[in-house]
Amino acid sequence: MNRLTQVAGAVMMAMAAGASLSAQASEVVKVGFLTTLSGPASAPGVDQREGFMLAMKMLGNKLGGVPAEVIVVDDQFSPDAAKQGADRLIKREKVDIVSGFVYSNILLAVAPAAFVSKTVVVSANAGPAQLAGAGCNPYFFSASYQNDATHEAAGKLMADKGYQRVAIIAPNYPAGKDASAGFKRFLKKDPAVELFPKLGQLDFATEIAQLRAANIDALYFFLPGGMGVNFVKQYAAAGMDPKIVRVMPAYDADQQMLSNGDLIAGVANTGQWSADLPNEQNRAFVAAYVKEYGHQPSMFASQAYDAAMLIDSAVKTIGGKVENREALIAAIKAANFKSVRGGFKFAANHFPIQNQYARVVTKGADGKYVNNMTQTLLPDHVDAYVSQCKMP
Amino acid sequence: MGNLIFEQVLNSLQFGVMLFLIASGLTLIFGVMNFVNLAHGSFFMIGAYVAAVAAGASGSFWLGLLVALPATAALGFLLEWLVFRRLYKKDHMVHVLATFAFILIFNDGVRMIWGPQPLPLNMPAAFAGPVNLFGLPYSSYRLLVMAVGMVVAVALYLLINRTRIGMWVRAGANNLEMVTAMGINIGLLFRLVFSFGLLLAALAGIMLGPLVAVQAGMGDDVLILAFVVVVIGGIGSVPGAAIGALIVGVVDTLGRSLLPQLFALFLSADAAASVGPALGSMMIYLVMIAVLFWRPSGLFPART
Repeated sequence: MNRLTQVAGAVMMAMAAGASLSAQASEVVKVGFLTTLSGPASAPGVDQREGFMLAMKMLGNKLGGVPAEVIVVDDQFSPDAAKQGADRLIKREKVDIVSGFVYSNILLAVAPAAFVSKTVVVSANAGPAQLAGAGCNPYFFSASYQNDATHEAAGKLMADKGYQRVAIIAPNYPAGKDASAGFKRFLKKDPAVELFPKLGQLDFATEIAQLRAANIDALYFFLPGGMGVNFVKQYAAAGMDPKIVRVMPAYDADQQMLSNGDLIAGVANTGQWSADLPNEQNRAFVAAYVKEYGHQPSMFASQAYDAAMLIDSAVKTIGGKVENREALIAAIKAANFKSVRGGFKFAANHFPIQNQYARVVTKGADGKYVNNMTQTLLPDHVDAYVSQCKMP
Repeated sequence: MGNLIFEQVLNSLQFGVMLFLIASGLTLIFGVMNFVNLAHGSFFMIGAYVAAVAAGASGSFWLGLLVALPATAALGFLLEWLVFRRLYKKDHMVHVLATFAFILIFNDGVRMIWGPQPLPLNMPAAFAGPVNLFGLPYSSYRLLVMAVGMVVAVALYLLINRTRIGMWVRAGANNLEMVTAMGINIGLLFRLVFSFGLLLAALAGIMLGPLVAVQAGMGDDVLILAFVVVVIGGIGSVPGAAIGALIVGVVDTLGRSLLPQLFALFLSADAAASVGPALGSMMIYLVMIAVLFWRPSGLFPART
């Protein structure tokens, strides 16, 4: 039934788009932005859109100096709806580039059609192992990270601290499995408990009981969007031992600071970006973002902002001739832009080589929560799958 | 280990009680009026939305509850009079199609009014923390949900078995012609049963709102579970719904927590991590199939 609702929604969306379809000048770079904008899993998608649109505003709605059109489509957190949305972007709107993508299952559902039609995909978040290893593709670029990376950093952080009984909870879907694999790769031992709730699950009573009974010292939780918000609330309401060390991915922590700051104060988190990274372009980004939206940007927003800046640099390099896909790909690969995370270059599989940092949620002087960078965990980190990638 | 079992039993009960709140109204409406209401889950959602808005405006969860219950029941009363009463005599397929249309209307309606983002509905402050239950810290709000559900179950039992209106309802479920012949205003009785069933759905939505998320489509998944409960318990039977809800609550909670561990005993860690959770979430459907295999009309069939 859920599926029927979504199909109906997608049909209506397509009809609305048909009405607004008009003849476009050929000298326009068209970008489709496909992301999750409805339901409890949508907070990251909204952040992405804000980051991307902020970059577009700062670039004067141009990419590489060429007028640009960004068509935003809601994937409704459903691979079916996403496929229909992508179909419309690729076949009817004939976009040159598709960006967005919070969730790996959505990206994996959409990517093959984009590759066949020679549409360039620049993921602003999802980075599944499939696309980093054997399934790597010249048309795919990640402006974010390979899914395992933040979790590898978390595993390193916990291994360094030498916790004895460690638990991990992650959703039962591709990125959740990547999270577990990455975390264990650097934890270098088996966790005492591994829990895989259903993606989108919102009630964690069962899982919390298991964590309580397992008598753990440290917990790593990767629960994106509304899942994490609910988990943190229910974890506190269930009276879990506050001495249990908790670590989470940086992008989840950024979002929780807005709604659950007091419940995650002091919680460590890991990622490739932090709002307080000391470089010129990051300071400009954070200031502009706060001015535009009235709250701190999240890692999702930073990635989407970078995705726009990356595309901008590539279109500029090739003088706006995006129909030459070979040239466009080579120009993106060069990554000739200033990332808000500092150093940024692509590995052979088109995933970034970048630092992974530890951060901690702290209460600022104004009573609002911020994330402060504490250390560099993995400098110039390369993902674990690059050797399996034979770029055709 | 003892504590884990105790906590999971509490969790199963809480989940079961929540399912009973939804399924009882669904089965009541089907039992009395022979009407399949797929839009039942939408009233679960509408109750939660109205409560979230009222609680957000007033700052009080309880005020939200007090506003949302009569508001949802009144909407149900109105819709029954406008639309649903015209459908009773028609085929079940017509019920399904018409009420499915209402699901789409309601889901898009709340999206139009309140946007695609979930609305916040916080637990009442007095129930936000844990309480100590024989050494186990347990969410006091979950205990509250359980208490509300059990009070409703007892009240419903008394209402149906000990009052005049309950007698009419029972009679209506068994022999409609006879009840009509005795001069009971069957139209009004139906309308009351219908809005009361929706009130129970709204109550479930409001109680669950702070635990899950108040969002468009939140009733859809719940409705599927409620149908599983009704089918296991026997369509139209309120005691059946109670037993069915408890079975589903226990099987789902234990399935999700124990199956992955069970598989880890004889499968590789990776295989267990993918098979266990998947099978765990399938368990209730397997139980439903088993029940239907041996008792095709459910455990406590109301109509024979």
